[in-house]
Amino acid sequence: MKKIIVALENISKSFDDEQILSNISLYIRENEFITLLGPSGCGKTTTLRIIAGFETADTGKVYFEDKLLNDIPPYKRNINTVFQKYALFPHLNVYENVAFGLRLKKMKNEDIRPKVKQMLALVNLKGFEKRNINTLSGGQQQRVAIARALINDPKVLLLDEPLGALDLKLRKDMQNELKNIQLKTGITFIYVTHDQEEALSMSDTVVVMADGKIQQIGTPTDIYNEPKNAFVADFIGESNIVDGVMLEDFKAKFSGHVFDCLDKGFEKNEPVDIVVRPEDVDVVDVDSDKAMLSGVVTSVTFKGVHYEIIVDINGFKWMIQTTDYVGADQKIGLYIEPDAIHVMKKSEYSNMFGDYSSFSDELEKLSDATEVIEE
Amino acid sequence: MKKNSFMKQLASMPYYVWAIIFIIVPIGYVLYYAFTDSEGKFAGLDNFAIIEHYASTFSLSIMLAFIATVVCLLIGYPLALAISRTKPTTQKILIMLVMLPMWINFIIRTDSIAILLEKNGLLNSLLGNFGVSLELMDTRFAVIVGMVYDFLPYMVLPIYSVLTKLDVKLVEAATDLGCNSIQALTKVIMPLSLAGVVSGVTMVFVPCVSTFYISQRLGGANTYLIGDAIEARMLSISADYNKGATLSFVLMILIVVSTLIMNHYTDDDESVAAGGIM
Repeated sequence: MKKIIVALENISKSFDDEQILSNISLYIRENEFITLLGPSGCGKTTTLRIIAGFETADTGKVYFEDKLLNDIPPYKRNINTVFQKYALFPHLNVYENVAFGLRLKKMKNEDIRPKVKQMLALVNLKGFEKRNINTLSGGQQQRVAIARALINDPKVLLLDEPLGALDLKLRKDMQNELKNIQLKTGITFIYVTHDQEEALSMSDTVVVMADGKIQQIGTPTDIYNEPKNAFVADFIGESNIVDGVMLEDFKAKFSGHVFDCLDKGFEKNEPVDIVVRPEDVDVVDVDSDKAMLSGVVTSVTFKGVHYEIIVDINGFKWMIQTTDYVGADQKIGLYIEPDAIHVMKKSEYSNMFGDYSSFSDELEKLSDATEVIEE
Repeated sequence: MKKNSFMKQLASMPYYVWAIIFIIVPIGYVLYYAFTDSEGKFAGLDNFAIIEHYASTFSLSIMLAFIATVVCLLIGYPLALAISRTKPTTQKILIMLVMLPMWINFIIRTDSIAILLEKNGLLNSLLGNFGVSLELMDTRFAVIVGMVYDFLPYMVLPIYSVLTKLDVKLVEAATDLGCNSIQALTKVIMPLSLAGVVSGVTMVFVPCVSTFYISQRLGGANTYLIGDAIEARMLSISADYNKGATLSFVLMILIVVSTLIMNHYTDDDESVAAGGIM
């Protein structure tokens, strides 16, 4: 295991009586690409700002390489930030923006020049030295912001929704570039986003946050395959979350059927939340022996790679992704492998998510869009 | 489309009429008188010979206006910065307090400064308790105090208006990159508020350099400024419009030149931001 570089211990923070962070503890290791993921207002940006030094925690401790950081001002921290809307200096050109940190260190012009050149090459902006900031596109401004932060050779780079203002295509390209830069430089990246896909594809570690608390910390695969509670299961990807009972180890009962599963360690007959991902359900003939559950298809949407169907099983609407065509109003059977079933302890988020009765793509996109505006 | 543009033209008519009657025509008269003699004959640059006579008056006017402008900047900038850092509701109250003296007539404001500084004025009666008495009236110091008091709001407002629009994230970015609070001020906040400073300096310097009431009321016989000279030429019994207009014309050129020099220091797009308050 690599050395811990940033440690947050029991951090709490409130603004005007509103609790933003409650008792957060987080350990970040060298060379790690860690992402704070959560909906707007979950406290992810505040966490980042506490590490940067723009906010101070009400209670709790921040450590940087084992040194207490609480009372150290931002300009004395060996940490740099890439801001959400870049915050480039409009009175300086690209070169001077990137050179800003080095000039403060009283470095000589002839030492600065090759470093700026190297940084601009790293972010693919060769030849942009003399350009005015206002003449750059969003993507180019983003690159300048990254170069301006990286040139100071920080041990930790903080990125606050850096791709939020870019269009989808550019965002995908920048995701790859950022990941490459991180691998090349070996700098610890602490990345804040509300985009779960971005978090899963770039990070070594994902920290899912909601309501000022950390819900789960893990690798992207862990977070996706073994969500800890209904919030995480719902926030990361699509999930059918149903009430169930753990009869005994490896036996779970839900939707009126007893399933074999791989989970153990629960009390006998403990009420639990069951997660089944839409892509892990097989559609079979309703009369076949394999059919474990049966339901009526209420809607079918063609998605290109697969069909997305909503199936009514005893009044609970499941989302299922299948490559086999089924018609609306058709009665179908469903088969679920033991390893596709994930059992979670009951939490405060139980019964809040997981039913697709009110689901529509349009709504999903709408709520995504409002989130971007709010942030 | 056509009708619309006609309506727009109609709406701006009052302004054009105003500008012609009160700006263009008077400037025309100034030019006419400056270049003619008392019989209305073209006099070339003959009238400008009096500049030599008024050289020391011009330089005293510029010097006092310059000092007053610098003092306004030294008081106004930190004040504007401090106000811009408070909560929005507090900002409104503080800015109203800055503007409050402007609701009072300029002459009354200047008179009240005189009352403060007089031999038996408020300041001296306070100092009298400590056995001190100062001769403050009829000094250049009093003139500068009057100028600063009268025109300080014109310095604070444009600077404040630029500073409130300054993105806090830029200051955070500066500290993130290693600026302490003084460096953040000199390297980011001040350069980005230069447009406000330039319009503030212009709005204070121009009325200071051409004032006559402040110097008469507070400066006494010791402080004869170019504004006083113009007033005397124009209004005295032996009125000489030609010489008065010549002095006005020279003053106008001086102001235009100094404004151009100051505007040179700001980019076009930045001065737009400062224009809001004007």
